Amino acid sequence: MARIPNAQWRRALAAQRVAFTWLFVATLVVSLSALVVIGIILVRGAGALSLEFLTAMPSNGMRAGGIFPAIIGTLELVGLTVLFALPMGLASAIYLTEYAKEGWTTRLVRLAIVNLSGVPSVVYGLFGLGLFVIFCRFGTSLLSGALTLAIMVLPVIITASEEALRSVPKSFREVSLSLGASHWQTIRHAVLPFAIPGIMTGTILGVSRAAGETAPILFTVAAFYLPRLPESLFDQAMALPYHLYVISTQIPNIPASQRYGTALVLLLLVLSLNLLAVVLRTRYRRRQRW
Amino acid sequence: MSWQRRREQVIEFSIRACGISSILIVTLIFLFLLREGFALFRSIPIGDFLGGHRWYPISEPPRFGILPLILGSCLVTAGATILAVPLGIASALFVSEIAKGWVREALKTGIELLAAIPSVVLGFIGMAILSPQIKHAFDLPTGLTALTGSITLAFMAMPTIVSITEDALTAVPRGHREAALALGATKWQMMWRVLLPAAGSGILAAVMLGIGRVIGETMAVMMVTGNAAVIPRTLLQPVRTLTATIAAEMGETVRGSDHYFALFAIGIVLFVISFLINMIADLFLHRERT
Repeated sequence: MARIPNAQWRRALAAQRVAFTWLFVATLVVSLSALVVIGIILVRGAGALSLEFLTAMPSNGMRAGGIFPAIIGTLELVGLTVLFALPMGLASAIYLTEYAKEGWTTRLVRLAIVNLSGVPSVVYGLFGLGLFVIFCRFGTSLLSGALTLAIMVLPVIITASEEALRSVPKSFREVSLSLGASHWQTIRHAVLPFAIPGIMTGTILGVSRAAGETAPILFTVAAFYLPRLPESLFDQAMALPYHLYVISTQIPNIPASQRYGTALVLLLLVLSLNLLAVVLRTRYRRRQRW
Repeated sequence: MSWQRRREQVIEFSIRACGISSILIVTLIFLFLLREGFALFRSIPIGDFLGGHRWYPISEPPRFGILPLILGSCLVTAGATILAVPLGIASALFVSEIAKGWVREALKTGIELLAAIPSVVLGFIGMAILSPQIKHAFDLPTGLTALTGSITLAFMAMPTIVSITEDALTAVPRGHREAALALGATKWQMMWRVLLPAAGSGILAAVMLGIGRVIGETMAVMMVTGNAAVIPRTLLQPVRTLTATIAAEMGETVRGSDHYFALFAIGIVLFVISFLINMIADLFLHRERT
């Protein structure tokens, strides 16, 4: 099939070489930048990591000591967020896949979900302030913050759960219904168990987003400096992302290691959640045999 | 039996209620923003708010003109878009059409990692690493400029642009590719003249969603742009965006003051912008499918 290359063909090939080089370089810039950021934080923050840094209260105006209350605050916040967002998101997804007939209601719901996922995070913060902190009188508290974050991650959980539910074959439902199971029994025993890995993946991704967000918790939970653990749902709390913001912009003369150390802990938390989601997804794909 | 039916009805009812909750939440967000934001227009005409040149919320008398903030947001967003769109589309082309096997997987993982990094961490890196470079390179009094913001935000928009563009490219039928190659086009000619136009509306949606992500970004932009509320003339000066204004000032306002209402009014502006962007993107995506 050897063809004699004419000038035009050669020029086209040369153009292709140039273009592909550019595409390759661009891809490297995008995909390596994450590694560069992670690398910088790892190298400069690793020195700050110690048992004391992870388990001590901050001291000396946050210039020394540890970040224990911020770590615990973020974990509690994230746990509560899942508690609120998962049941509601899952029910929403079940509604969309199993109960609703396609029509203007589902179109409106989908439109709402699309818009929710596009609302700027700081607007969620405003909303949380208006509704939970002031209107519901929850005050600046873990509860207000977790509810705000739950609303923010809702679209992620709904979309992922919907996809997981839809990937369960129709025949599973037909068999269950034909055996006399009710609609809900079918969903509960013949559909949900097979969608769980997908739902979990989506939830974990949503959670990792919630763990790293700062703007929605600025006016709903975050305590600037609170060297103790929150005692109830109605208590303020410190959180890792807000703490990083505070010590890198609001307080002068902080040793850089404190900042990089905090950034590293936050990054490790978020990335390990993402890793967990990826592992789940791969194992699930390998196991899926229908 | 009837007890069971009863249970079934209760479950179905609650699932349906959760299902339409997203509509309720979007409406609630908008209503709360309107309720608090419109209180401002009792004392300040809406034209002075949107078109005013001065944002001096705590001087006497206060000025609530958000034009400098709107222009600040636009400038940073435009810069980020110009950087992120070519890089993002190029990466999507490379990952979906050229890269194969483990290289492809590695590149995709890198891009996903970038999406996972919390914005406050990117902002921190922008502040600690990028801004001194910019200050040095352009010999400026400060490295916290619109340009620094644009570069930081470009990296936040890229993952969105890449993943949605990739979906759009995958949706182009195989036959298009094969027909172009069979007619003697080089692979690059096929990509440039067939693939990109065929995926056009999906790519536009990707760009819109990337822009939406950048306009709504809060923490990173607040940390790296210097936050000077003046009408920007160049990319090399500090600017302040709509989102950063809310995040930075809400903590200091008195509930029920004009300043407080003004921040909610900015929230309305942001909500409307993100709503429009998402509607347009959704429109493009649906045109793609049909």
